[in-house]
Amino acid sequence: MTRDEITAGLAEILEEVAGVNPDDVAEGKSFTDDLDVDSLSMVEVVVAAEEKFGVKIPDNEVQNLKTVGDAVSYIEAQA
Amino acid sequence: MARSDVVVTGLGATTPLGGDVASTWDAMLAGRSGVGPLTQEWAAQLPVRIAAHLAVDPSEVLDRVKLRRLDRSEAIAIIAARQAWADAGLADSGLDPERLAVSVGSGIGGATTLLAQDDILEASGPRRVSPHTVPMLMPNGPAAWVGLEVGAKAGVHAVASACATGAEAISLGLDIIRSGRADVVVAGGTEAVIHPLPIAGFASMRAMSTRNDEPERASRPWDTGRDGFVLGEGAGVLVLERAEHAAARGARVYARLAGAGITSDAYDIVQPHAEGEGAIRAITKAVADAGIAKTDIVHVNAHATSTPVGDMLEIGALRAALGDHPVITATKSMTGHLLGAAGALESIATILAIRDSVIPPTINLDDPEAGLDLDVVAHKARHMEIPAALNNAFGFGGHNVALVFTRP
Repeated sequence: MTRDEITAGLAEILEEVAGVNPDDVAEGKSFTDDLDVDSLSMVEVVVAAEEKFGVKIPDNEVQNLKTVGDAVSYIEAQA
Repeated sequence: MARSDVVVTGLGATTPLGGDVASTWDAMLAGRSGVGPLTQEWAAQLPVRIAAHLAVDPSEVLDRVKLRRLDRSEAIAIIAARQAWADAGLADSGLDPERLAVSVGSGIGGATTLLAQDDILEASGPRRVSPHTVPMLMPNGPAAWVGLEVGAKAGVHAVASACATGAEAISLGLDIIRSGRADVVVAGGTEAVIHPLPIAGFASMRAMSTRNDEPERASRPWDTGRDGFVLGEGAGVLVLERAEHAAARGARVYARLAGAGITSDAYDIVQPHAEGEGAIRAITKAVADAGIAKTDIVHVNAHATSTPVGDMLEIGALRAALGDHPVITATKSMTGHLLGAAGALESIATILAIRDSVIPPTINLDDPEAGLDLDVVAHKARHMEIPAALNNAFGFGGHNVALVFTRP
């Protein structure tokens, strides 16, 4: 799976869970500061991403995933 | 210091009869029923297969992402509160948020969220349980969400007294303003539990109508053919305001919330007191609190839920507390029983009856019970002058609440 494909998959999840416009989702964007995803929605994003990409994202890793790019890199390495 | 007068300056509702106050009131005056069949697959196994669903689903009003975080009872409380808030014209009035409180209760709360998330827990494990579960099911959730909507900083309160909740929440709002703790209180009730478990529970108590083949005729207070209440869902919200505050900003005033009476039976967890002792005391206290004579109460919107025992006990209580002069009605005949929202919705009906000088009908009262010796507005609305009126609400647990509204 390419980085673009992972980004597109995250965009789908972010739209479903938090109403984020998919056009706003890019690797450089911060989940909290740029995309306005609050902490409870982030939990939902993580669980949905685990299911979608077949990976495990432990809670202690989530705090390191500040940007969409951080998440893409983590999922790319695990998948 | 003289006690503050409290007036009603805003109304909001979403009910089985309409998505707002105006459409609900029109339907009430026309004598329409909001009860229909339960067509969901799960209903097939239940003894009760009728209910009064919302006329306008919350998904038509609130956006999808917001709804994901809301129990249905919270969503409709927000919808009703937004209407009431806009109706009161307080949004840009310069009201100090620290002088604004909320009192919104629910009889059962976020039960459907609890049950849905339990299904997810059983099927998919704890990690899939929504992080929104707790704020969706907590009993103070509707009040807290309404507080967020209007920016209330003088306290957010969630009364729970079963089917008396909506009325008690309004009574608490009256107390808050009288005590000087706030100038405005957004007060009411909400309920949304049309789900097999609550229905099965009420049905097991033999409290619900099983007139499944005639949904619109199932809720029939005081009729000899009544066989229990019909579950409804909805929310009703009032904006209560210190009278001087409302006058100073030139607000439109619907009515005065002149008095409230609250008692408890200390008798049985679900059965009302056999002589209606607690109800009589609540009505008597409300009239005394309003500073008027019992003969001044010319209209009562009764609690009357269409149960065999409760309906007639209330008639006895009204006679004992007020006499035989009040003209009464039971709007649950049209809306079904909104449980924790009932007292709020019926307060709205009482207020609009005063404003428009018209009493909505009790439909389905085809064969009145022999002991029904008060004047009931049956089948068709009746026009009459209403300087003062009373709304009753009683709840499992022995809660009795009576509210007195008068012309402003």
